Amino acid sequence: MKEEVRLMKGNEAIAHAAIRFGFDGYFGYPITPQSEVLETLEELMPWETTGMTVLQAESEVAAINMVYGGAASGKAVMTSSSSPGVSLKQEGISYIAAASLPALILNVMRGGPGLGTIQPSQADYFQATKGGGHGDYHLIVLAPSTVQEMVDFVGLGMDLAFKYCTPSMILADGIVGQMMEKVVLPEQRPRRTEEEIRKQCPWAADGRKGGRKRNVVTSLELESSRMEVINHQLQERYREIEKNETRWEEIDVEGADYLIVAFGSIARICTKAKEMAAEKGIKIGIVRPITLWPFPTDAIRKAAEGKKGILCVELNAGQMIEDVRLAVHDAIPVEHFGRLGGIIPSPDEVVVALEEKLINK
Amino acid sequence: MKEEIIIAGFGGQGVLSMGKILAYSGLMDDKEVTWMPSYGPEQRGGTANVTVILSDEKISSPVLDSYDIVIALNQQSLDKFAPKVKPGGILIFDTNGIHNRPNRTDIEIYPIDAMDATLEIGNSKAYNMVVMGALLEAMPYKLPMENVIRGLKKSLPERHHKLIPLNEKAIEKGREILKK
Amino acid sequence: MDIKDIIRPENKVYSKPELLEEVHMHYCPGCSHGVIHKLLAEVIAEMGLTEKTIGVSPVGCAVFAYNYIDVDWVEAAHGRAPAVATAVSRLWPENVVFTYQGDGDMSAIGTAESIHAANRGENIVMVFVNNAIYGMTGGQMAPTTLLGQKTATTPYGRRVDLNGHPLEITNLMALLDGTCYVTRQSVHTPANVRKTKAALKKAFENALAKKGTSVVEVVATCNSGWKLSPEKSNEWMAENMFPKYPLGDLKDE
Repeated sequence: MKEEVRLMKGNEAIAHAAIRFGFDGYFGYPITPQSEVLETLEELMPWETTGMTVLQAESEVAAINMVYGGAASGKAVMTSSSSPGVSLKQEGISYIAAASLPALILNVMRGGPGLGTIQPSQADYFQATKGGGHGDYHLIVLAPSTVQEMVDFVGLGMDLAFKYCTPSMILADGIVGQMMEKVVLPEQRPRRTEEEIRKQCPWAADGRKGGRKRNVVTSLELESSRMEVINHQLQERYREIEKNETRWEEIDVEGADYLIVAFGSIARICTKAKEMAAEKGIKIGIVRPITLWPFPTDAIRKAAEGKKGILCVELNAGQMIEDVRLAVHDAIPVEHFGRLGGIIPSPDEVVVALEEKLINK
Repeated sequence: MKEEIIIAGFGGQGVLSMGKILAYSGLMDDKEVTWMPSYGPEQRGGTANVTVILSDEKISSPVLDSYDIVIALNQQSLDKFAPKVKPGGILIFDTNGIHNRPNRTDIEIYPIDAMDATLEIGNSKAYNMVVMGALLEAMPYKLPMENVIRGLKKSLPERHHKLIPLNEKAIEKGREILKK
Repeated sequence: MDIKDIIRPENKVYSKPELLEEVHMHYCPGCSHGVIHKLLAEVIAEMGLTEKTIGVSPVGCAVFAYNYIDVDWVEAAHGRAPAVATAVSRLWPENVVFTYQGDGDMSAIGTAESIHAANRGENIVMVFVNNAIYGMTGGQMAPTTLLGQKTATTPYGRRVDLNGHPLEITNLMALLDGTCYVTRQSVHTPANVRKTKAALKKAFENALAKKGTSVVEVVATCNSGWKLSPEKSNEWMAENMFPKYPLGDLKDE
């Protein structure tokens, strides 16, 4: 299949991208607002074309452990869910991180806590970037703002996961999951052959082919001195990822008086707000973190130089703002504006918030 | 060129699919497009709306406060979105079941009898394409009909392609009732 | 006769299975796990499946099964072995995947994963070691603990009104259309050991033939948890466990 321009929902695009990027398996459980991922995969029947396995599991818990099993055997596997379901997956995600396995997890966030609402939210920022499950670990967290990025991050997420042997997460929200936009689907990437898998993943539990020494995938180590070494190795890898893989986008930061920091689809609402503010003579620059972990700390510190203040706009009660404050060390005022419960702020509201919290203060 | 449009009505009136055909038609005309629905239980019988943006430039926010064009297909939607038409913008509404008409004077208002026109065609499924015809006629951006047909083909599953002539007829009907 | 004349290959009556590692097992003396491990090691080697087998170990005493049998292993989270095995088996259909689960793993925390993997008829072998107690954590009640049985969390004996009934999970598995072979065995006598080995062999054959899920329950002893000598444990098991969990095939299709 050649590169192709299509109009698609973010969730549908994820399904197409998983096939096009040569994934071996998808394991999921329906939950609004991301059920179209599994539905689209079942409709496309990739097992007939690329040979990709698709399975509706009995729960999110089972699905993430299927991902653990698939990853442990060297395959390229993923799952998707929405906030309450991702909470259920945290045990499995911790195991995958601890066992140094590559895998991709998509969270199309909805409002919480609890069963919450099916409307969009960004309230899982802490969960995604600070660990989520038990133990000292991180995920590589990618925040798409367009349907095209939903597609691109499936490939990027998988590549980074395999490069660093660690799970990646696409942290999307109901807006980018449910909206349709123009997307360019990549050319079909062939699934890796068994030989390629064995070469890329010599650690995989895929049967002792050729009588090689056995492989054991585990996260258990009862000997504390060895467990500490394993933990240090994980941390070294995280420092490496921080050094190499921090990604962000800057819009008109130069010459701006104020800075907005926002991620995902909310950054687009803020871009519109920036245009509206410009008509009033207010000059705003935008920094959009693309990797939420590793967080673009240095980029934000530099962008903040000479600015009068920063507004963090998030669909939550103030989560990413903690990382922004750590970045600028209170050198300039940092304020938060967010809507909760599934309400999406309009561009106009963002301008008003900036005026109230920073300009007219 | 940039058209920021919202289509709002009851679930089941074909609001979302009309938005999809409009978005696909824009795509066929080499425009940037976004299609952002209200989603969830609202889909099932309650109110439904979809924001469609067609633009020459990259589109920033898919969520808007105000619109160049509002299409309201019931009283609830009319009440909610008529105040959100930008000054100088366009409001199209179906008169069927409307008892409170908008009284703004800073916008162009087109009441249409889309339900009656659909009954004349004789297929209630064509309702949203009658409305689409009225929109295409009223919209300053003139979407070439050939690209609308290509958009229809792209957004309808192949088994429904036999309905394209009917849809075309409905769009023409919609153009006519707006002209009246 | 010189001793050298006696120690000759043709006189050999027993040797350690080649797939059993040269390490000390962490299991308590008298525990059934060691025998079951040995049988698995024998069956895998004898069937020529060493390069095809992937084991999934549980949380519980057998968490370290991967230290003892020389095949590839994935160590699963508690109860999730059947989900892990599902993916490995589907993604490597030419391989044979088995889970090794205790009574907590199979019939408490992992009930959903176990039932659903079996109900989908995954082509896997599920080895279920039922000793009616949680050994690893210090002898607490399992779903399979018998009524009246004393454990750390039922110090006065299991009561229906407080703790519910012993769960016959294997009987449930036999009802599912996805299972092709469900059997209950033990390893407390040489004859039973032979039967268990034959059952394991049949289960692996079923997996190779893609016939669906095979469940081999082994009713087992936990003399540490039961606070009995190994010998007394065997007696207690025969007297108390077998009436509730009778040995034999529950399903063989």
